Amino acid sequence: MNTDCIEKKILLRAQRKRVWRALSDSAEFGSWFGMKFDGPFAPGARMSGVIVPTTVDAEVAKAQKKYEGMRFEITIEQVEPERLFSFRWHPFAVERGVDYSVEPTTLVVFALEEVANGVMLTVTESGFDQIPIARRAKAFTTNEQGWGMVVNLIEKYLVHAQ
Amino acid sequence: MAEPKGSAPIFAALGDETRLRLVARLCDDGPMSITGLTEGSRVTRQAITKHLHVMEEVGLVRSTRHGRESIWQLDQRRLKDARHYLDLISKQWDDALARLREFVED
Repeated sequence: MNTDCIEKKILLRAQRKRVWRALSDSAEFGSWFGMKFDGPFAPGARMSGVIVPTTVDAEVAKAQKKYEGMRFEITIEQVEPERLFSFRWHPFAVERGVDYSVEPTTLVVFALEEVANGVMLTVTESGFDQIPIARRAKAFTTNEQGWGMVVNLIEKYLVHAQ
Repeated sequence: MAEPKGSAPIFAALGDETRLRLVARLCDDGPMSITGLTEGSRVTRQAITKHLHVMEEVGLVRSTRHGRESIWQLDQRRLKDARHYLDLISKQWDDALARLREFVED
């Protein structure tokens, strides 16, 4: 298992320009993702988003309700129309009162590829190996050990256990 | 944005170099006594015992008695929980992309 990167692919039966708008227009992105941004996405822009329950799915909206109003900082990296959109953010930055700005970010990339019956969207989020484990467990006592090491240990253990 | 409650204590218990080493050792060599775990380690038997108890409390390791000695091993069930925690990031993307699909497909 690659512990640094997550990759997802999804075939969307929609026009490429429609998919692009849903990703690159900050208001549209926010409505399916469940965030409200303070401006339009532009390369290099540092901006913040606030969690606003998604309008697309009532159940998810309910789950997001308790994080409503939480602020996220994101930095837009690349905007290549109808082809690629990427940004950096702090994953799991949902603990109140924690300053995540000093911690490493992960890079999220949306890549679009036109296929016969729609658009193949590939999403990758990478950089998890650099994220301190402290992010995930408040009670964590030292963050000298990288998250990746723990993941590797657990992976290794599960392989041995089978 | 999911917040699994069960995993945090596991990661907290792993937040120590000695404990990580113990986990690695039990991964590689299987169930072992404290004597075995102390051999070749710069950490005292007392300290190792203490660390094992910390990890036992959160369900990372468990011990069974064999005569006068306790044999320690990893508790697979809780480690699978921890693994599950990692899967959540992946799951969140699945959910977000399902919402995107609903959003763009008419």
